[in-house]
Amino acid sequence: MSYISSPQDQVKALHDRLLWMAVVMCGIVALLVVRLWGLQVWYGDYYLQLSEQNRLRHVPIQAPRGLIYDRTGRLLVTNVPSLNLYVVEEDMSDPGATIAEISRILGWTEEEVRDRINSRRRSAYAPVLIKQGLTLSEAARIEAHRLSLSGLKIEVEARRRYLYGPMASHLLGYVGEVTAEQLENSKDSSLSPGSIVGQSGLEASYDHWLRGRDGMKRVEVDALGHERRVVDAVEPVRGDDLYLTIDMELQHVAEAALGERAGAVVAVDPNSGDVLAMVSHPSVDPNLLSGNMSTAEWTKLVNDAEHPLTNRVIQGVYPPGSVFKIPVAAAALESRQIRPGDHIFCQGGLQFGRRFFRDWKAGGHGDVDLNDAIAQSCDVYFYRVGSEMGVDTIAKYATEFGLGQPTGIALASERHGIVPSTDWKAKAMGEPWYPGETLSVAIGQGYVGVTPLQMADLIATVASGGRRYQPHLVKSIQDRDSGRLETLPPTRLADAAVGAKTFQILRRALTAVVESEHGTGGPARSKLVSIAGKTGTAQVVGAAGAGRVKAPSGFEDHAWFVAFAPVESPEIAIAVLVEHGGHGGSAAAPVAKQMIESYLRPLPSSPGTTPPGEVTESKPVKRSTRG
Amino acid sequence: MSRLRAISDRRVPTNFDWRLVAATSAILLIGLVSLYSVAGGGTTPIYQRQFYWMLLGWAAFGLMTVVDYRVLARYAYVGYGLVMLLLLLVLVAGRSSQGAQRWLNVGGLSIQPSELAKLAVLFVLASYFAERRVVGGYRIAQLTVPALLMLAPLALVMKQPDLGTALTLLFLFLAMVAVVGIRSRTLVVGTLLFFMLFPFLWQGVWHSLKGYQRDRLVTFLDPSADPQGKSYHLMQSKIAIGSGGWFGKGFQEGTQSQLKFLPEAHTDFVFSVLAEEWGFVGAIVVIGLYLVVLLLGMDAAMRARDMLGSLLAIGVVAMIGFNLIINVAMTSGLLPVVGIPLPLMSYGGTAMVVTMTGLGVIMNVRMRRLLLFH
Repeated sequence: MSYISSPQDQVKALHDRLLWMAVVMCGIVALLVVRLWGLQVWYGDYYLQLSEQNRLRHVPIQAPRGLIYDRTGRLLVTNVPSLNLYVVEEDMSDPGATIAEISRILGWTEEEVRDRINSRRRSAYAPVLIKQGLTLSEAARIEAHRLSLSGLKIEVEARRRYLYGPMASHLLGYVGEVTAEQLENSKDSSLSPGSIVGQSGLEASYDHWLRGRDGMKRVEVDALGHERRVVDAVEPVRGDDLYLTIDMELQHVAEAALGERAGAVVAVDPNSGDVLAMVSHPSVDPNLLSGNMSTAEWTKLVNDAEHPLTNRVIQGVYPPGSVFKIPVAAAALESRQIRPGDHIFCQGGLQFGRRFFRDWKAGGHGDVDLNDAIAQSCDVYFYRVGSEMGVDTIAKYATEFGLGQPTGIALASERHGIVPSTDWKAKAMGEPWYPGETLSVAIGQGYVGVTPLQMADLIATVASGGRRYQPHLVKSIQDRDSGRLETLPPTRLADAAVGAKTFQILRRALTAVVESEHGTGGPARSKLVSIAGKTGTAQVVGAAGAGRVKAPSGFEDHAWFVAFAPVESPEIAIAVLVEHGGHGGSAAAPVAKQMIESYLRPLPSSPGTTPPGEVTESKPVKRSTRG
Repeated sequence: MSRLRAISDRRVPTNFDWRLVAATSAILLIGLVSLYSVAGGGTTPIYQRQFYWMLLGWAAFGLMTVVDYRVLARYAYVGYGLVMLLLLLVLVAGRSSQGAQRWLNVGGLSIQPSELAKLAVLFVLASYFAERRVVGGYRIAQLTVPALLMLAPLALVMKQPDLGTALTLLFLFLAMVAVVGIRSRTLVVGTLLFFMLFPFLWQGVWHSLKGYQRDRLVTFLDPSADPQGKSYHLMQSKIAIGSGGWFGKGFQEGTQSQLKFLPEAHTDFVFSVLAEEWGFVGAIVVIGLYLVVLLLGMDAAMRARDMLGSLLAIGVVAMIGFNLIINVAMTSGLLPVVGIPLPLMSYGGTAMVVTMTGLGVIMNVRMRRLLLFH
């Protein structure tokens, strides 16, 4: 066994082994070099790209939204700086603890915080808005925990502020973060998750102009997601400003006159279609809607029996009641069914077939001509005239006044309303028209459905003698960068195919509604200005063919009043609807009167038209006791 | 003193190898630059503390060259005993950090006894093997005592736990056995024994691992198992190295390390910092410098005057080479993250002094070589 015995042999064996070790070592090191070559040279570009993705993030810069002014240049909607809390989910080192801490600071449940984080579909590393408008103390507490709470950031951003709170809220609308659904359906490529867009009203209709173009910055972030520096940026482009046709002073008078009652008021300029005021009650402060509400709050609003989110002016469909006698009268005159001098004796009702159609006035109106019939709103007169004309003639002229079709105002979800006819009934219900139903239609009951805006359109058409304009809301749009003011001209529609003589007769009769001794619109009579109008009392519940029936308790009639003034050269046309208000003359007419007096004789300074200091401040206004 | 002087040879200064000193200095400088780049902050910046440790390291290096290694070897068992005491002490009174109890605070300094264990095992094994010369290679039975000498500190080190150092000790032993030679039958039986015992050893190792160490192993075996979590370190290190490309992103321009995507950039992953900022070229230069140091060590082992010198030199080469290879393989994603620092470059005081001491031993052996083979 001692074949290796000499020291020389031993040394040689040692050397061999050491040489082998050196070779093996060099071999392994060579493998490492190959590995490094693979990572750094062969796949170098790939890893460089990964490292760039690591460090660079695209952060949108919100463009300041355009401002909104009324027709006199009064600022209605502006932007104020707001401290907004965002979370980047991927940056949260300990989501559980962070969520617990946020909920503690904000005073929310952890569930609510989680809801927010999960509510929106977003790309990786996109910040999710948790709360808008942090108070200073909340912001300070979050900042103090920033080191332990990774993934949180507070951004100072512009927040929409509606200076008049709930006033004209349905018209103005509100804004909110773009929803996943909107993103999917939109063809606008400038939208990205987190974009603030108009969600209703003008904010939505004119979103394209108001929104401007969001900018984008590339920022370098560290492993904790903290921004280190801005690499480059595309500056945002500010949105355009809107000048509305609304007169905020008139809007205020209308809101105050309607008070706490549910209903709708809309005023237009019959000479241009300018919408001067648009009120829908109840309403919700858009400042609340534009903040981020919790799901629970939303559900409550959406399910509210009073429908505060519905813009009754364009989305509320009501029977027009006696206001419908205007187009019926026009139809009768135009179709030569009657002459103005024709008299009818009203004895408080009409037997038609086996049914008795009652007049609203139990004793009847006695001997009435067209003028009296309109002024006193005699139902029997119109039962007769209507049944003789037939429903299709009524429908033809009602359509001439724009009923049964959307006015085309620049607000979403406008309702059509219904102008019934034999064709309509055949299509809608597959049933023939029964002659008795015509009597209900003649007094604006039964199947007839109109929106308050259509009623304003109707009375404006009468006021202007047949000239018709599309109601519009935006006078001009101003590009803030160039200062260029683009004026949007009124859109004139085809004139109503109704003769001038007919309008003359109608205007005289509508004047009598307000001015004559027995006129139903007496409460609208003004010492300052001549007013013409028409009352309406729409039954909430009623069988289609039943004419007038007694309202069950709890379902008071809707009160209508449409008016224009001054009679000689009309400048304003108004439709007022008070839900469950009772009689049109007593409930709705005073609202129109106050508005007309205010609009045509503006006082130097009327209280309440300066923006309230606090957004949340509400103005309880006592309903008018007049009328 | 007179005895010391008698041992030192008059020829010694002329044999001083400046190449070893130059290559070592270059590595140290590059390491310092990388630390400066990535960890400049703190009250006493890390690169500054590392610089002081380097000075201490050079002092140890100098001391090692002055005293003949044969004299040093006489104190091998004493040193071994002292280190064992320290290893016991650290388990009782050590300072914990990141789930491991590894540090002893001594007069404001924080020392790591497990690093000292490398030196102790190096000397004790070299002395043992040098004294008991076996003709025709070692048998299993003859390896029992040295194996126990290695396993005793290894067990204490595993207890901390410090997997990296434990593996280094094991490798040191294997390298020395390879140098002294074993019978081919011993090799076969030993290999068989290892594979038979492997499941049990694995159980033992697995159970002594901390949760994070197991995670690292699992992650390494299947990186797609948890792309955001456990393999994060591995991925970030690969991105850092890979994104360096040919020439790197430049001094203090490494986004992975500067923006802290790279974990432990100043300790275990300092090589990634280097590779990111200086690219493939920089990495090759550094690996080349290490290779110079290691081959000079091998050369010293070959020309050593005696077996003790050879064993000491090869032990140091094995120690440094093993750590280098494992560290680079780990940072480039070839091995699981086991926590082995890069010698001379990673921040760590005790490791720095120990490595410099080892290099001093190599120099010592070189300076006292036989001139027979010149």
